Amino acid sequence: MRVALFVTCVNDALYPRTGIAVVRLLERLGVDVDFPAAQSCCGQPQYNTGYRREAEPLLRRTAEAFAGYDHVVTPSGSCAAMVRAHYPRIARQAAREGRGSGLERLAEEFVPRVYELTEFLVDVLGVTDVGAYFPHTVTYHPSCHGLRTLGLGERPRRLLAAVKGLELVALPGAEECCGFGGTFAVKNPGVSAAMGADKTAAALATGAEVLCGADNSCLAHLDGTLRHAGAPLRTLHLAEILASAEEDPLP
Amino acid sequence: MSTKDRILSRIRRATAQNPDAPPIPRDYLRTHGTRTPAETADLLAAHLTEYRARVHRTDEDGLPLLLARLLSASRTVLVPLGLPPHWLSAADATRIHDRAGSTPRDLDGVDSAVTGCALAIAETGTIVLDGGPDQGRRRITLIPDHHVCVVRVPAQVVDSVPQALERLDPARPLTWISGPSATSDIELDRVEGVHGPRTLDVVLLDTPAQ
Amino acid sequence: MTRTNLGMPSFPPFPEAAGEAVRDEVLRANLRRATHTIRDKRARAVTELTDWDRLRAAGKAVKDHTLRHLDHYLLQLEASVTAAGGTVHWAADADEANRIVTGLVLATGEREVVKVKSMATQEIGLNEALEAAGIAAYETDLAELIVQLGHDRPSHILVPAIHRNRDEIRDIFRSEMASWGRPAPEDLGDDPRELAEAARLHLREKFLRAKVAVSGANFMVAETGTMVVLESEGNGRMCLTLPETLISVVGIEKVVPAFRDLEVFLQTLPRSSTAERMNPYTTMWTGTTDGDGPSAFHLVLLDNGRTDTLADETGRQALRCIRCSACLNVCPVYERAGGHAYGSVYPGPIGAILSPQLRGTGSDIDATLPYASTLCGACYEVCPVAIDIPEVLVHLRERVVQGGPATRAGVRVRLRPAHGHTAERAAMRAARLLLDHPGALRTAERLLARARRLRPRRLPGPGRAWTDTRALPDIPAEPFRDWWLRERGNRH
Repeated sequence: MRVALFVTCVNDALYPRTGIAVVRLLERLGVDVDFPAAQSCCGQPQYNTGYRREAEPLLRRTAEAFAGYDHVVTPSGSCAAMVRAHYPRIARQAAREGRGSGLERLAEEFVPRVYELTEFLVDVLGVTDVGAYFPHTVTYHPSCHGLRTLGLGERPRRLLAAVKGLELVALPGAEECCGFGGTFAVKNPGVSAAMGADKTAAALATGAEVLCGADNSCLAHLDGTLRHAGAPLRTLHLAEILASAEEDPLP
Repeated sequence: MSTKDRILSRIRRATAQNPDAPPIPRDYLRTHGTRTPAETADLLAAHLTEYRARVHRTDEDGLPLLLARLLSASRTVLVPLGLPPHWLSAADATRIHDRAGSTPRDLDGVDSAVTGCALAIAETGTIVLDGGPDQGRRRITLIPDHHVCVVRVPAQVVDSVPQALERLDPARPLTWISGPSATSDIELDRVEGVHGPRTLDVVLLDTPAQ
Repeated sequence: MTRTNLGMPSFPPFPEAAGEAVRDEVLRANLRRATHTIRDKRARAVTELTDWDRLRAAGKAVKDHTLRHLDHYLLQLEASVTAAGGTVHWAADADEANRIVTGLVLATGEREVVKVKSMATQEIGLNEALEAAGIAAYETDLAELIVQLGHDRPSHILVPAIHRNRDEIRDIFRSEMASWGRPAPEDLGDDPRELAEAARLHLREKFLRAKVAVSGANFMVAETGTMVVLESEGNGRMCLTLPETLISVVGIEKVVPAFRDLEVFLQTLPRSSTAERMNPYTTMWTGTTDGDGPSAFHLVLLDNGRTDTLADETGRQALRCIRCSACLNVCPVYERAGGHAYGSVYPGPIGAILSPQLRGTGSDIDATLPYASTLCGACYEVCPVAIDIPEVLVHLRERVVQGGPATRAGVRVRLRPAHGHTAERAAMRAARLLLDHPGALRTAERLLARARRLRPRRLPGPGRAWTDTRALPDIPAEPFRDWWLRERGNRH
């Protein structure tokens, strides 16, 4: 099977190790991975901040970049949710306002082919044990867009629970937002920081060595909060844990 | 242009271009679960009890003594005009009738009120009064601190809110009561007893269908 | 053009007010305890109904259908209420509603009214208007009493004094009750039971002598003219049945077509708001009843920005709101910012989409409310009428930064972008241009990688908002796309 990796702009620029992990993981599972270089950003920062029209060219770019691939896989619940929930809406409004010819058809044709990583693994490949090895205690924070917009449910935790050597501990208040929220983090820094502090305190109290998530933007906020406080807990993207193998374990 | 016309024309302008809203899906349940009449009465009793109403069960023969016992601490009791007289035949409390001319202050000194009801809802633990002859004016079940309500089982018990609304007449003044007066206003935790009766006795009166 | 009055003076922007509130440890503890208590209970109450999703869909559909034909149902309601002995008045805005109510009270010759908790009368600032006319308005809901006695503002839709804990409430009762009527007992403690008893005694004398009451309503039934008020304490029953004159001020969106439609909302509203199967008391009345309850009933139908909201195809879903406050109780931002930061009687997620629509986005507070959310979606998930609050928030953000068409006081206008977003707009545009040109993007990423050792600990300008509490991410030696080119690039 040949899939296109939609790495996302945040991972491309700041977390290449997550993209590399996805490539290694999928290749280990026998998937042929491609990276269309024309991709950049899904347009979520623009759209969510109120600049819907600035998101339109990025919608077009993203949809066109992945033309011809049956499966487009992204290690970000948030970007997958942007595509699935908002691309049709943006395209429809653009058409209604007399802009963006063909955007509706592009979106309609692109949206059903986009999968968040854990959806792709569990629903398309039908695996929960991906043959990973990671002998550490891990707690998992489900990001809001993956949890609520995509309805990822137990998929991420089932994948983690099947990792050899991994002990998964429950995160109290897991379903509560971490306080990142894109530009919310800088527009409402007081509330954002308080939410981040509560989330990291809950994670620390579990005694886990690793706080795992499936969205690096939320993890950047949580990791920044932890490091600013000098707290002994590291953050890792789910893909990196799933890519870790016995012959080449992630430390 | 009158304010009424202005508001109506704003509404029309706001919605004129819109297609009709889709039909209302009514595929929600009429009742939650299937129960025998006896099970429905049990559920009503359980839900009333959970919300701190005191529930009693008796039959026609036992009713006068039960009511006498429930009113043993009451000197006075408000009685609707249409209450079956034998219900209170064993009670000592002085009967007070609510007259059109009595003021709320007059009624404030009365200890209890005894009424029938229009129906009761098992799923929510609710009794509904509709001002019928055995229930009287709304104020008589409000001002005294103690309300005794008699529910005929099974005739007056329905399972659910949808079933209740089908049987009620909206033209009558309706009071739905689910447990005694309560508040959640202090730290969002429920505390029983504010302005309405702080004690609610519900008597489930077994009256087999004739 | 007049600004719609929501009963509040001018307020600082949300981030400022919220930033201050978040440092108030007592407030945060009070809110945390209260919202978490109710959150868990609500989840249990909802789980009990296996058809919750279908009830939610039906509730949404009933409201959408009513809004689509709102003119028809309001006229039907007016006819039903009138036929049942009531009198219907129409108010386009707060001033008109206040004038009508004040006139009705003065005409009775009374100089005091008892009030049932009502969002609509708070929204229009009725108490202040009555006071200006020499009429004393007594709030009778326990939480409203706490707010009124404390010279405070409400901070929650259902529990306006949620920001107060029992100690604070005891202190307010002890120091303030005497100047409003019956004083609190000398030895009043902080047990909620004792506090409720003090309120009972204080208010009873007001109920027994009241001749005029003012209420809102949760629902109005067009078909029958039936008004519905859900409550818990019995203060509502006192106000709705003991006085001679009853005046109800109700937003026009509160109408439902048929009596039968209540079967949906009487199941979803109590479970969503107080997490009960049913609230202790619900009163339904249709006009007046001979010999039982008020002999005069007036219904004031209130627009006050609602028809403007209705004119917005995305934003109008806010009018489905049944004021349950479930969205407040699950909102992580509300939990930390508190209700006052929202600068309106409608706080929390629903307030963030309702206030800027009812009042417009012109003021600092209304321009910042759409951003008072992480878009986490918890509010949408619990909403019993499925209002997609995140969708409306994003829509209103667009109105703030890009301007566009809107309706104000019935007039279609083209809003200009709000001030203060010039730099952001430029940055968003620059980012888009960069992201839309992968060649330039790759160059930028490489420059970033080269500068990784220069990564500052603190950023200047708006970036400080990040680095004040968070470390910046490490910058990798190369972007992903360079790794790909090197490691996999020659494969295809």
